[in-house]
Amino acid sequence: MTKRARVTASLLLLAVVVLGAGCGLVGWEWDTPMSTVQPKSDFGKMTHDIFMLISWTTLVIFIAVEAVLLYVCFRYRDRPGAPIPKQTHGHTPLEISWTVAFAAILVIIGIPTIRVIFKTQEAPAATTLHVDVTGKQWWWDFQYPTLKIHTANELHLPVGQTVAFYLHGPDVIHSFWVPQLGGKRDVVPARVNRIILTPEVPGEYLGQCAEYCGMSHANMRFRVFVHDKAGWDKWVAAQQAPPVEPKEDLAVKGKDVFSQSACMGCHTIDGLSAGVLGPNLTHFGSRTTMAAGIMKNTPENVARWIENPAHVKPGALMPALGLRDEQIKAVTAYLQSLK
Amino acid sequence: MATQAAFMPGAKAETATTGVWSWITTVDHKRIGILYGVTAFIFFLMGGIEALIMRAQLARPDNNLVSAQTFNELFTMHGTTMVFLAIMPLSAAFFNYMIPLQIGARDVAFPRLNALSYWIFLSGGLFINSSFLFGAAPDGGWFGYATLTTRQFSPGHHIDFWMLGLQILGIASMLAGFNFIVTIVNMRAPGMTLMRMPVFVWMSLVVQFLVVLAFPAITVALILLMFDRFFGTLFYAPAAGADPLLWQHLFWIFGHPEVYILILPAMGIVSEVLPTFARKPLFGAPVVIYSGIMIGFFGFGVWSHHMFSVGMGPVADSAFSIATMLIAVPTGVKILNWISTLWGGSIRFTSALLFSLGFIAMFTMGGLSGVMHASPPVDLQQTDSYFVVAHFHYVLFGGSIFGIFSGFYYWWPKMTGRLLDEKLGKLHFWLMMVGFNMTFFPQHYLGLIGMPRRIYTYAADLNWGFWNLVSTIGAFIIALSIFVFIVNVIKTRRSGPVAGPDPWDARTLEWAIPSPPPVYNFATIPTVHGRDELWLQKHGDGHGGAPTRKPAPTTAKEIAAIHMPPPSYWPILLALALAVMLSGLLISYVQVVAGGLLTLYCMFKFALEYHRPAQEAH
Repeated sequence: MTKRARVTASLLLLAVVVLGAGCGLVGWEWDTPMSTVQPKSDFGKMTHDIFMLISWTTLVIFIAVEAVLLYVCFRYRDRPGAPIPKQTHGHTPLEISWTVAFAAILVIIGIPTIRVIFKTQEAPAATTLHVDVTGKQWWWDFQYPTLKIHTANELHLPVGQTVAFYLHGPDVIHSFWVPQLGGKRDVVPARVNRIILTPEVPGEYLGQCAEYCGMSHANMRFRVFVHDKAGWDKWVAAQQAPPVEPKEDLAVKGKDVFSQSACMGCHTIDGLSAGVLGPNLTHFGSRTTMAAGIMKNTPENVARWIENPAHVKPGALMPALGLRDEQIKAVTAYLQSLK
Repeated sequence: MATQAAFMPGAKAETATTGVWSWITTVDHKRIGILYGVTAFIFFLMGGIEALIMRAQLARPDNNLVSAQTFNELFTMHGTTMVFLAIMPLSAAFFNYMIPLQIGARDVAFPRLNALSYWIFLSGGLFINSSFLFGAAPDGGWFGYATLTTRQFSPGHHIDFWMLGLQILGIASMLAGFNFIVTIVNMRAPGMTLMRMPVFVWMSLVVQFLVVLAFPAITVALILLMFDRFFGTLFYAPAAGADPLLWQHLFWIFGHPEVYILILPAMGIVSEVLPTFARKPLFGAPVVIYSGIMIGFFGFGVWSHHMFSVGMGPVADSAFSIATMLIAVPTGVKILNWISTLWGGSIRFTSALLFSLGFIAMFTMGGLSGVMHASPPVDLQQTDSYFVVAHFHYVLFGGSIFGIFSGFYYWWPKMTGRLLDEKLGKLHFWLMMVGFNMTFFPQHYLGLIGMPRRIYTYAADLNWGFWNLVSTIGAFIIALSIFVFIVNVIKTRRSGPVAGPDPWDARTLEWAIPSPPPVYNFATIPTVHGRDELWLQKHGDGHGGAPTRKPAPTTAKEIAAIHMPPPSYWPILLALALAVMLSGLLISYVQVVAGGLLTLYCMFKFALEYHRPAQEAH
């Protein structure tokens, strides 16, 4: 038995060492593009503080419980010829005290929790920037009603400005999540949910749908660009301008193809078409990515997409239009010219 | 008697103890328990294979081993299989086999109903899995959120298979639930007051109440969905003014108690195994029992903590947060009671005990990460991320599955008469422990750095690749550990050491009778003097009290006079008829009507099946 206990203990030690070495060698890198523990907004920081409080509390309990468990296993292992142990049935004062201790710990966690629940769900102030977010299978529509800007899949925000996102869902349930800016909020049909936050650090952040929404759930991504004052003003001015008229021959031809094909039915390009089923393309050329953030906005990718969207993004609702290669090339040139 | 049997066809079937027919028509709770166990273990392997394929797909970024559609089917079927076809029926195997033995009864209250539960469970499991053959495996997630599951967004039969399959399984669970409640309440041996009942039976009783109170909620939700999909009603259609959150509320009013349906049996098993191998009574047994009841009770008041991100408003968020934190109290109390059971004991490190220790160590982890999600602000970052995947696998694998394996190693000798190999058992445990932690511990980290659940692919620049690979390797180590278990079973099935009635020097009544038990279990129904009746018979109470009296030996004549219910083929026929009726919804309404009539006919035959009274047969 003693030998067995020793083997057991050494195996356990081995597991701890291997795990520790694994962590040490590779490291737990926390500053990653979708990290939830490096908050870059007031909202993210408030929730992160509670996360840290609970993490440390539970970590202490965890280590204490596991240590006692290991100690008990070692200390009270069966020895040859040992008598039958004392038949203890319980110890009421002990049991009452640890019940009370657990309850006390929960009060410590519960009070800040409730405070932050109410703080983060207060009504927005009058100065708040209003953004309408619409989650659709499988892309994001963004509108700024006060600025009269309509875009898709890439969200731009000014640093230090409080933003209220109003979430609309016309089809199934999605969830709006930019981990570095704070927790998620579901996009629920027949409801308008709201999430309010103030980005505090300029930069590029990744977002992703976090509620399973069908075939291409994994491909429903987006980007958030948080600008300083100058960058924000420049972006707003560019978006509010009418779409650029194509100058190159290929792009001019592309505009013709666009306006003579089914593109018109689903996509809006201000002054040209008014479709609402697909993303607004008025300033498509100014975006860094396409197809809900799954690939870079390059001519090759745009052409690949137009040729057969479902091939790039499984289940994509945009049909393959059966355009000829030169037509695809032309439309690509046109879309990319829409800076 | 033998000459008489020749004249009575019914009595002849009664004596048949081998062959396929004897298993098909059996109403013996022990055989039904074995049927549940074997069937559920096969489904467990299927769910495991589904998990391995998913892990292989996620081993590296932008992988294309399986398509998006296949991946979505895999995680839907993995969840559905593990919850409804593996863990629940594995627990049911122990309920069936052990409850009558632990309470000193000869069978459950309604033996034929028990058989019916099993056959309906089997047909439901086969029905859902048959969807793979038609290329229409369910793909809406095990939670099946509306509006994604309505015809508009899920045409085809994928969701139909899931919805109808769950309804069938629900019938099986409800029947079994009522059966066990009646059995436990009415059929305890003389002297076994409720507080003298073994803790496993107590936890089982709580689970049965959860089953009969929680399943109606999902039944209603599924009926509404069925009407939406088949008859064009608009219960979940926002365009018609419906609120899709109706589904979520109904589903989680079922779904959260379901979590306790999955974990409480394992808690019961651990509460049997620890005292046996520490050679001490369960520390604070009444508190463990009350904690189990509290967990079951609070379990109905916390469902919306699965919905903190849907926008319920601060008041509801706070209320469900506090209720959820409250559940942590009885859960934590239980863990300390188990550790205190070991304290001062004389611990024998058998495979069964190792799995129970694994349960405590791993479940503690899952419980503590659960406290994190109880805080809605924290949950907003963690819900639907891999952090939650890690959390509930620590509860349902580190908890339920470790507990169930502990039960396997503990009760296997009772069920088969032979001991499992301890060396292989320990190898199984350590492989599973290492594999499990390698698979699921890194998922905490992956969730914290933003990896969402239910994605079939991810980009390379997110830093998720390495730990996903580690997780995948861990999953295959778990598979290896299961393989070791299967080898152990095969190896010892015929040649393992003979166990005898009480190989562990155990404490409860099932160990007072031969292994495997005779069909009638107890030749003489024992009289019970305490929770650890067998221990009292062997060693006294340890405080100077003399050992209690063992039941007097039984004569052959007395044994011959024991009346056991004869076999019946109506349970399997009724289950088949039900399956014909429900699968008709996917084929033609003619089949629904025909199946319905057949079901009615079988129900009448089942209800009116004539049995010769015992005294007439002898």
